[in-house]
Amino acid sequence: MTALLEAKGLTAGYDQTAVLHGLDFVVEEGGITTLLGANGAGKTTTLRAICGMIRTGGEIRFGAERIDGRATEDIVRRGIAHVPDGRGTFMEMTVEENFRLGAYIRRDPEVAADFERMFAYFPRLKQRYRQQAGTLSGGEQQMLAIARALLLRPRLLLLDEPSFGLAPLVVQEIFGIMQRIREKQGVSILLVEQNANLALELADRAYLLETGRIVIAGPAAEIRQDEAIRRSYLGY
Amino acid sequence: MDGLAHQLIAGIATGGIYASVALALVVIYQATHHINFAQGAMATFSTYIAYMLIQAEVPYWAAFFATVALSFIIGVLIERILLRPMHNAPVLTHVGIFIGLLLAISDLCGWLFDYTVKSFPTPFDAGGPMLGGLISGHELGSTAVTLSMLILIYLFFRHTSLGLATRAAAYNPVSSRLVGIRVGWMLAVGWGLAAAIGAVAGMMIAPVVFLEPNMMLGILLYAFAGALLGGIDNPGGAVLGGFAVGIIENLGGAYLVGTELKLTLALIIIIGVLLIRPNGLFGRVLVSRV
Repeated sequence: MTALLEAKGLTAGYDQTAVLHGLDFVVEEGGITTLLGANGAGKTTTLRAICGMIRTGGEIRFGAERIDGRATEDIVRRGIAHVPDGRGTFMEMTVEENFRLGAYIRRDPEVAADFERMFAYFPRLKQRYRQQAGTLSGGEQQMLAIARALLLRPRLLLLDEPSFGLAPLVVQEIFGIMQRIREKQGVSILLVEQNANLALELADRAYLLETGRIVIAGPAAEIRQDEAIRRSYLGY
Repeated sequence: MDGLAHQLIAGIATGGIYASVALALVVIYQATHHINFAQGAMATFSTYIAYMLIQAEVPYWAAFFATVALSFIIGVLIERILLRPMHNAPVLTHVGIFIGLLLAISDLCGWLFDYTVKSFPTPFDAGGPMLGGLISGHELGSTAVTLSMLILIYLFFRHTSLGLATRAAAYNPVSSRLVGIRVGWMLAVGWGLAAAIGAVAGMMIAPVVFLEPNMMLGILLYAFAGALLGGIDNPGGAVLGGFAVGIIENLGGAYLVGTELKLTLALIIIIGVLLIRPNGLFGRVLVSRV
C-alpha cells in the first residue's frame, strides 16, 4: 500500500507548551488508521497539526506534496476533511445550509448526487433537512458532521472521537456507516478514539500515543491480540 | 389625521435610511462582535464621492452606482489594511481603531471638501408631492431605493453561495476554514457590503439633511438604536428596528417631545432596550443540544 499522508518528526503545541515530540506515522491509501491514547496524549493535537490549525515543526506530506505550514483552507482544498472534537458544524444554520457549506469549494455537477448519497447513509438527516443544526440530537449532529466532511469529496477523512458522548447503539450505527463509507467512497480515514476496542476492530493500522510520543505502531489486528499492550495501555 | 398619516409616511422614509445603516452595523457586528462607530463617517465620505462625481457632470445614476462600487472597494481595503493585522487584538484595540477611523474620515472629508454645508441633488424631485401631498417625490423614491437594496441584500445572504459563506465565516470561522472558506476574504466582503449599504443610505439622506462632514452622526445614533431594538445579531430584526425608530422619531418629534429633543428618543430607546431586553425584540437565542 502507498502512503497517502506521512508525518516525519512532527512537533506541535500551544503557546509555550510542546505537546507532540516528534511523531513519525503513515496513513495508507484506502485504509483506516487509528491513533489511540489516553486523555492528553496528543491525539487531537495531531489532527489539528495535520490541518494547519496550530503551528508545527517537522514534515507532513500529503501525496507528493508538503502541506505543513499551509493555511487550513488550503489544506482542506487539497482533499483533507476534518471532523474536529466539537464536530465543526454550523449550529445556527439549517442542515441544508450545512450541506451546502460542506460542498462550498466544489464546482462539479455531482454535488446533488452526493447530497442523495448522504441521505442514503444518514436517512435521519433527510427528515431534519430544514431544521436548525443546533436542535439535532448528539448522534444526528455527529452524522451531520461526517456528512458535511464527506461532501468535500476528500481523499483523507480525519475523525476526532466520533463516539464521544453518544449512546452505544448510536456509536455502533456510526461505526457501521464508516465501514460502508470506506468501502464505497474509497476515502482513507485517520481515526482518533478513546474507545480502543471499537477503533481496533475497524482499523487496519494503529498507533499508540503516550504524552506526545508514539510508543507502539503496527497492524490493528496484532495490537488487539497482544495481551500485554492491552493491559498496560488500553485498559481492557 | 392627515398630519398623522404624513408623519407616519415620513417616518417610514427616514426609517429606510436607519434600517440600511442598522443593517450595515449588524453585518460588521456579526463579523467582529464590535459596533463600527465609523460607519456613519464612511457613508458620509461615500456621499462626498458621489457629490464630486455629480459636480463633474457625471449623470446621477452613473455616479450612484460608481459610488456604491467604490465604497465596496474602500470597505474591503479598510478591513484588509486596518483590521486584518488586529485580528486577535483585545476589545479596546478595536474600539480604538473604530473611533480613530471615525475621526480620521471626518477630518479627511473636511480637509478635502471643506466644512461648508452643501446641497445634494435628488433624482426624484420631478414629481413634487404625491399621494395627495402625503409624501414628497424624494421620500417615495428613496424608500423604494432602500427597500430594493434591503431585498437584494437579503437575497444575497439567503440564496447565493457567497452570501452563505459570508454568514458562515462570521458565525463560525473555525468550521468555515474546515470547509475551505477563505475566512479573511469573507470578512473583507462583509466590510465592503457594509460600506456599500452605507453609501446608498448617505446618498438618499443627503438631499434631506444636506451634506457636511458630520452629516451621519445623528443618523448613526438612530440606526444604532434601531439595530439594538431589533437585535444586534439579527439582520432582519435590525432592519425592522430601523423602520420602527424612524416612525417613533417622527411621531415622537411631532406629538411628544418636539424636534429639538428628537435625538433623545434614540438614547431612551438604547437605554430601554439594554435594560429590559438586551437581545432586542428579535435577537436570536441560540438553541443548542450537546
